[in-house]
Amino acid sequence: MRSRWARVAAFLAVVALVQLGAAAAGKAFYLTQLTMAAYYTLVAVGLSVLMGYAGQISLGHAAFFAIGGYASGVLTTLDLGGRRAAPPVAVLEHLGLLALRPDPGGGELLGVHPWAAAAVALALAALVALAIGLPVLRLKGHYLAMATLGFGTIVSSVLIGTAALGAADGVSGVPPLPLLGGLAVGGGREARLVNYWLAWGLVALALLLLMNLVESRVGRALRAIHGAEDAAGSMGVDVARLKLATFVLSAVLAAAGGVLLTHYNAGIGPSEAGSLKSVRYVAIVAVGGMGSLWGTVATSAVLTFLSLRGVFGTFDDAVFGAVLVAVMLLSPEGILRLDALGALRALAARRGGGAVAP
Amino acid sequence: MSALLEVSSLSKRFGGVQAVQSVSFQVRQGTVKALIGPNGAGKTTLFNLVSGVVHPDAGEVRYRGAAIQGRPTHQVAGLGISRTFQQIRLFSGMTALENVMVGRHPRSRAGFMAGLLHLPRTWEEERTIEAKAREALEFMGIADLAGAEATSLSYGQQRAVELARALAAEPELLLLDEPAAGLNMRETVELAKLVGRLKARGLTVLLVEHDMGLVMSVSDEVVVLSYGQKIADAPPRAVQRDPEVIRIYLGEEEPP
Amino acid sequence: MEIGLLLQYLVAGLTYGTIYAVVGVGFNIIYNTTGIINFAQGEFVMLGGMTAVTLHGFLPLPLAIAGAVLLTMVAGVLVELLFIRWLVRPTVLRMIIITIGVSILIREAALVGWGESVRALPYFTGDEVTALSLGGVHVSPQVLWSLATCLFIVAALWVFFQRTALGRQMRACAVNREAAALCGVPVRNLVTLSFALSAGIGALAGCVVSPITYTAYNVGGGLAIKGFTVAILGGLGNSAAAVAAGFVVGILEAFSVSLLPAAYKDAVSVAVLLAILFARPSGLFGSSERARLESRA
Repeated sequence: MRSRWARVAAFLAVVALVQLGAAAAGKAFYLTQLTMAAYYTLVAVGLSVLMGYAGQISLGHAAFFAIGGYASGVLTTLDLGGRRAAPPVAVLEHLGLLALRPDPGGGELLGVHPWAAAAVALALAALVALAIGLPVLRLKGHYLAMATLGFGTIVSSVLIGTAALGAADGVSGVPPLPLLGGLAVGGGREARLVNYWLAWGLVALALLLLMNLVESRVGRALRAIHGAEDAAGSMGVDVARLKLATFVLSAVLAAAGGVLLTHYNAGIGPSEAGSLKSVRYVAIVAVGGMGSLWGTVATSAVLTFLSLRGVFGTFDDAVFGAVLVAVMLLSPEGILRLDALGALRALAARRGGGAVAP
Repeated sequence: MSALLEVSSLSKRFGGVQAVQSVSFQVRQGTVKALIGPNGAGKTTLFNLVSGVVHPDAGEVRYRGAAIQGRPTHQVAGLGISRTFQQIRLFSGMTALENVMVGRHPRSRAGFMAGLLHLPRTWEEERTIEAKAREALEFMGIADLAGAEATSLSYGQQRAVELARALAAEPELLLLDEPAAGLNMRETVELAKLVGRLKARGLTVLLVEHDMGLVMSVSDEVVVLSYGQKIADAPPRAVQRDPEVIRIYLGEEEPP
Repeated sequence: MEIGLLLQYLVAGLTYGTIYAVVGVGFNIIYNTTGIINFAQGEFVMLGGMTAVTLHGFLPLPLAIAGAVLLTMVAGVLVELLFIRWLVRPTVLRMIIITIGVSILIREAALVGWGESVRALPYFTGDEVTALSLGGVHVSPQVLWSLATCLFIVAALWVFFQRTALGRQMRACAVNREAAALCGVPVRNLVTLSFALSAGIGALAGCVVSPITYTAYNVGGGLAIKGFTVAILGGLGNSAAAVAAGFVVGILEAFSVSLLPAAYKDAVSVAVLLAILFARPSGLFGSSERARLESRA
């Protein structure tokens, strides 16, 4: 347990160094993209556990991100003021589930409280993951990949095609998510530093929880499933149930990323749900090392930041596609046993004519 | 002594092959029973039918009187039945100790949320799991290999880890699928002594084996299979002398 | 619904069904020879249409189409050589992901080469207002061209697989690769051939339907999913069923417009895919034994 905290502390130290470095270089505005990268990283680490431990691929994880973001975005931007008297609205207000937010045109608007909205968003993501996972996880691996790919496409189509969800423009005007002590996710440039620390602090928290899981009895069972699935069953591991639970957990994490980013950016668009985004997450996890939480965090932070800063230009999607293909080609046995750096080392050793180290 | 495991009229067909045909036998508590027969006789299929890896077309498997055929493997493991595999199936990417700790899974409870939050009630259980795992490794004489990556060990050591893993759950019935495969003479003798120690501890053992020496020295009873059918079920000496058994192993005697 | 509208939907369904059927058949050809589910299949259709439009800039239409088909076949061969050939015993999953990645690369290259604009070949006979009157419904002759092409492709493939030595060898590969290799069948070359074939028929279909459906750099992805739906609906590996399934999906999609907002049209076929995966992954015509085996291995 001590080493877990030590690793988190080291991680936070790096977070601090990056922030100080950016400030010193006069590029404090980098913090905005770094903050966004943190929320995308939440998706990646959840996917990393799913792929690296439960051995399942999801090609539709961006859809869970979008479900989280849209659910909380739409609920918090409702305008219920005109219907305050109606029973359902009155009850919700009485229970404290509604909140006021400033109207740009003057006055105030009544929508769902960000916390209630976030809870609904996460619950929705969990339910959807259950609905997909239950029938599909008992089939062979590539069926989940196909089902999630299809699912992502449906979500994407629905989001683009539904006027009530903003169609191609998405949702905007989303209020900040208030946290304790006057802090909030969102707000303008003044809150940039606070948001940077909130974001990466949340990532650190997620990593702590996931590290706990990996070291626990369930974590061992998951690694056993990854190592030799049939034998795991014979050791008493309920494989189907664990795979499903992991799938749901990764979906909820992705949705959490979506909720937080939507509050930070005060909005979200339908492109977040697309298969191109989903492919990105898979590429990041594949490079970072399946199941390697820290590798995934590092890869995600770097690649997402570069992408957000426009370093890849119009080739943004192509870069991730190429990365994915390259990683898949180099993987000696198959996607789920890949150690990218190790494979490159082995490839280099073979080229040099030397014997490959065991 | 009552029958711990009772197999009745078990049958299984794979495509055009009747792998197991109406096989019945009992394993009494505290005894060691061996399943032998030429290659392709259906021994491993029978094993898989008992442990829940494969579901029978007909027949029953009763454990402590309750029907267990058709149940998922993890449930069967939870009832107190552990097994090893013909081809070693250790969990790659985990140490020997971790492999054996997974073996303890049926006897522990900490779930998903407890794992995520590292709840205090899991701390005691984790200590127990690790202690029991180390005990199992001790029993197998490989306690010093605990920290080694399981799949990097030698063949004989991996076999030992697999057995420790099966023992970690403190099972009542142990299914050993060709435990002597690939072992040299010395290791096989050690294995025979090990089975004796397990029996002394009160375990019931059902094993599939080709090594006749091992079978004869450890078993209380032997079941002989040929082409999916049982052709003998008796103490080892009697089976050795059974003309039908001799025939299927050695073929018909040539007329002079 | 009045009969005129019904027939309009039917015609639209048959038109799109042609592409879906051909993509589904293309999936099956590659799947049968290699066990790979090739997601770049949709890109071949796109490449066919786009290349033909470019070639038509300086070649007469028939040559432009022939050229497009040939060039796309070359692209298919390149894909196989670069990304598939040297992999040793890849898993289905790995290949799905690699081919998805490849389809992204092809798509981005198309974006660079042709930009975002939507293109179309001219109608083969007449133009967009020419219509034949069949049973009270106005049908563009292009629809008939599409159906005829689809028929031609199916017939040509049938002749190839049933009557030529090469086709028989490919069928042998489908049944048992190892045994075929032992009998001297040049499996690796046949794999390349299967990619070339799938690319070719995809390109041809893309050309013939482009006047009606238009084409752009990004149509490949959606087609791939729909083609995959079709292949699975008919049972992976079953080409005859794939043709039927293609038209079923096309028609379902067309009629869905009468029930759901048009924007959801693309989601309909995916919903069909999910329904199949959930309920009967071996497809309507496949055997459940096969699916059970697949889930065990």
